[in-house]
Amino acid sequence: MKAAVLVFPGSNCDRDMAVALREAGADVRMVWHKDAEIGDVDLVAVPGGFSFGDYLRCGAIAANSPVCAALKAHVERGGYALGVCNGFQVLCETGLLPGALMRNAGLTFVCKSTPLRVVTADCVFTEGYGADTVVSLPVAHHDGNYFADAQTLAQLRDEDRIAFAYGANFNGSQNDIAGILSQNRRVLGMMPHPERAVDPATGSDAGRAVFTGLVRQLADA
Amino acid sequence: MKATVHVMLKDGVLDPQGEAIRHALGALGFDGVDGVRQGKVIELDLADGTDEARVREMCEKLLANTVIESYRIDLS
Repeated sequence: MKAAVLVFPGSNCDRDMAVALREAGADVRMVWHKDAEIGDVDLVAVPGGFSFGDYLRCGAIAANSPVCAALKAHVERGGYALGVCNGFQVLCETGLLPGALMRNAGLTFVCKSTPLRVVTADCVFTEGYGADTVVSLPVAHHDGNYFADAQTLAQLRDEDRIAFAYGANFNGSQNDIAGILSQNRRVLGMMPHPERAVDPATGSDAGRAVFTGLVRQLADA
Repeated sequence: MKATVHVMLKDGVLDPQGEAIRHALGALGFDGVDGVRQGKVIELDLADGTDEARVREMCEKLLANTVIESYRIDLS
């Protein structure tokens, strides 16, 4: 399975993302934001961090960079994409996922491990967990308060596109949403960081299933 | 020429920062502040003759996220 990890000025989880994917068996290359081509890959990962210093809005400048035009083309061809934290914000800003991520309702930056419910296991990202399981993953964000209009929220629910929901809603997200899927179920955006939980030596390997599942299924595809 | 773009959260979108400001004003003894909305102002120095449609395009593509924000353009 071939994967690309996008790198923006201010990305800070890009190497963690590469480690998590490589540990799971993926062939990973890093792609700089000015590159207009990503190349032939199965998965594009948009990492966490503070791309372009969160200027204007989180993810807004990154979403309009050359590499994101290539990301959109990759997704339109039916390619897979995973956006974590700032990567989720970028995916929303590009329009590849619906909604927007606003300032946390409590206004504070929240950095902790938090329980998540796997709402759907019907995608390559969460199949390894099984639906309705609970997994604890780290979160570290200031702007993770998911907002979408009522129609979009109903659509996400009806189409079973909520991948993860917070067990305890600490940031004000509508419907406790922590992660959502695209309509074709090949794009996942999530605020929690599975790539920070892939080794018991650093506290937890609860996030590994995201990457091992991805690699197993996309290698077979 | 200049354009000033005002970007505000849409009505119905909870503004946690505005709420925090309202609470802080109350704590300072400013009674009667029923609501606060916080937005941003973006000033653009533009080539003469740039029309409003062009600025609107800038707002739609980058300056505002129309999922949650509305904008107003003043040309001068």
